[in-house]
Amino acid sequence: MTEIENTSFTSFYVTAQFYENVLADVKKLESDFSFLPIERKEEAERILFKEARLLDELRLEEWLSLYSRKCLYWVPATPGGGDPRKEVSLAFDDRRRLEDRVYRIRTGYAYSQLPLSRTRRMITNIEAAEGSSEQELLVRSNFCIHEFRVGELRSFAGWTGYKLQKEDEGWKISLKMVNLIDADQAHKNLTFML
Amino acid sequence: MTKWDWDYLIQDYRVHRSVYTDSDIFALEMKKIYGDTWVYLAHESEIPNVNDYKTTYLGLRPVIVTRDNDGAIRALFNRCTHRGATICRMDKGNTRNFTCPYHGWNFANDGRLAGVPWKQGYETSFDKNELNLKQLAKVESYRGFIFGTINEDAPSLQDHLGNAKELLDEWIDRYDGEIVVRSNAHRMVLDGNWKFVFDNAADGYHVSFSHRSLLAVGNRYNNEKDKDMTYFGKNPDSSPMYVQYLGNGHVFLDQRPMYDQVGDRWEQQRPQPGREAYEKEIREEYQSQADHYLDLTAGAQMNLSIFPNLLIIGNQIQVIEPIAVDQTRLTWYATTVDNLPDEINTLRMRSQEDFPAFGEPDDVANFAECQRGLSIPEVEWVMFNRGYNVPDRQKVDERGVITAPVTDETPMRNYFQEWKRLLTMERSKVN
Ligand code: FES
Ligand SMILES: [Fe+2]
Repeated sequence: MTEIENTSFTSFYVTAQFYENVLADVKKLESDFSFLPIERKEEAERILFKEARLLDELRLEEWLSLYSRKCLYWVPATPGGGDPRKEVSLAFDDRRRLEDRVYRIRTGYAYSQLPLSRTRRMITNIEAAEGSSEQELLVRSNFCIHEFRVGELRSFAGWTGYKLQKEDEGWKISLKMVNLIDADQAHKNLTFML
Repeated sequence: MTKWDWDYLIQDYRVHRSVYTDSDIFALEMKKIYGDTWVYLAHESEIPNVNDYKTTYLGLRPVIVTRDNDGAIRALFNRCTHRGATICRMDKGNTRNFTCPYHGWNFANDGRLAGVPWKQGYETSFDKNELNLKQLAKVESYRGFIFGTINEDAPSLQDHLGNAKELLDEWIDRYDGEIVVRSNAHRMVLDGNWKFVFDNAADGYHVSFSHRSLLAVGNRYNNEKDKDMTYFGKNPDSSPMYVQYLGNGHVFLDQRPMYDQVGDRWEQQRPQPGREAYEKEIREEYQSQADHYLDLTAGAQMNLSIFPNLLIIGNQIQVIEPIAVDQTRLTWYATTVDNLPDEINTLRMRSQEDFPAFGEPDDVANFAECQRGLSIPEVEWVMFNRGYNVPDRQKVDERGVITAPVTDETPMRNYFQEWKRLLTMERSKVN
């Protein structure tokens, strides 16, 4: 296709090859990272911190704009990720489904987010490595999210893998894989963004 | 006699709040419903090989479902006959023996006590056979679905399934290949009584309201055509959808009449990741068969609920596990179909992620709020009177199956009669 796909409404990019690439990225994200100069690592950190703040402030449309047009937001239900071609995930969102997720909350009728979750997330242990080109960075970090909703304070912990891609307007998230330590266990209401 | 007046609590068109809030009633349910009747335990494909096992619950009782060394499927109480420790603490695995981690008693996976350490410390009359693991009185499967009961006098599983059996057949026979549970599950826990889930499973009244946000997501696409379930928004009573009370507590909601052409299911499905990419490939490869295959990525549109804990919804096997009077675990087992093209099974995974993420959480929030509302002692009744005594709304056929418009509360008010029958029954001899 010569014209640019509007991934808000179609999903031509989630192909068999796309799944292969995701699985290859997971392998890289799990491997030991080699040294990255501090300035370059800071570029990665900036986007992680920005993402955390936008999510905690519920600026979900701005949050979406941090993601590339061909992104994946993935929350596996299998520790380590498993094979998403053969297994269900808690979320395996392409750009369209991610926008659906935000749209649903914004309708004002998503009763699981009425009232909205309040969150505050800590991101630590950030490591970054070069990706397959200058335009790509791999990042992993640990997180702890405190969430409050309807009289209850809960916490969620795990690690996140990111693939960042440099585009004309700067770095974008093309992959976010959220690995909850209790991914395979029962959760109560995971309708806020991790 | 019990301290409850069941005829007061369970009436023809309403039930008392205490059946959702009273922990003594819950304790009784855990014996008489989750025990004395058939309860769904597992799917055979979860333990495909000899010596496979998975752990689960029969009500609150921890149970191990094994395929023993001879290939027989058994349900063993996960309780060491020595001093009570659970002998198996894993979700699933493969083993011929379970060794109790506490004092090392060793049990074969058919339940036999195979050995105790330093046996000379026991008196000579010590008989290992008296200390085998206790097992459920009956374990039977129907086309892959394993059920168990502790009631020796329970009717056969097929009798218990009754009119639900044919519908389960239809769900299974949608495919030439076997339906298998091979994926992990999407698990949820909710602050509400388990019966809210069962009430909801054949409730065509809530859809346009509780799922308003999900139905609204369809508007983002400005589509002319109905998307999955949006048809509930336009006076569903005048649609060909219907609900049924099948007997023995089983209920059914049929959305299939909204899909009459090959290709409709695919057409109306909310889009899943990779939809366009995979559709292109599948159409090229399978040509005239493509629509048939693509339809199989979408749900069967049969909401079949087998009392008390097995819910067929979409392509998923949903299982209710009560934890406490006000807490329930809900597990969605995604299904794969052997012999379907891999691409179709991949799309099925993506479509089976849709409703648990965008639909169920709003119901679950409403269940928890029902639980909170029902805590008020002064407001006693839960009403199931929609369609009750309204002329010409219900039909009863020669099998006794009651059919009603899709928003009627026929399923709830009838399954509660079965619930009452079970709770008031003398407990028969239980194994
Ligand atoms: S409790 Fe199992 S061996 Fe003692
Ligand atoms: Fe629902």
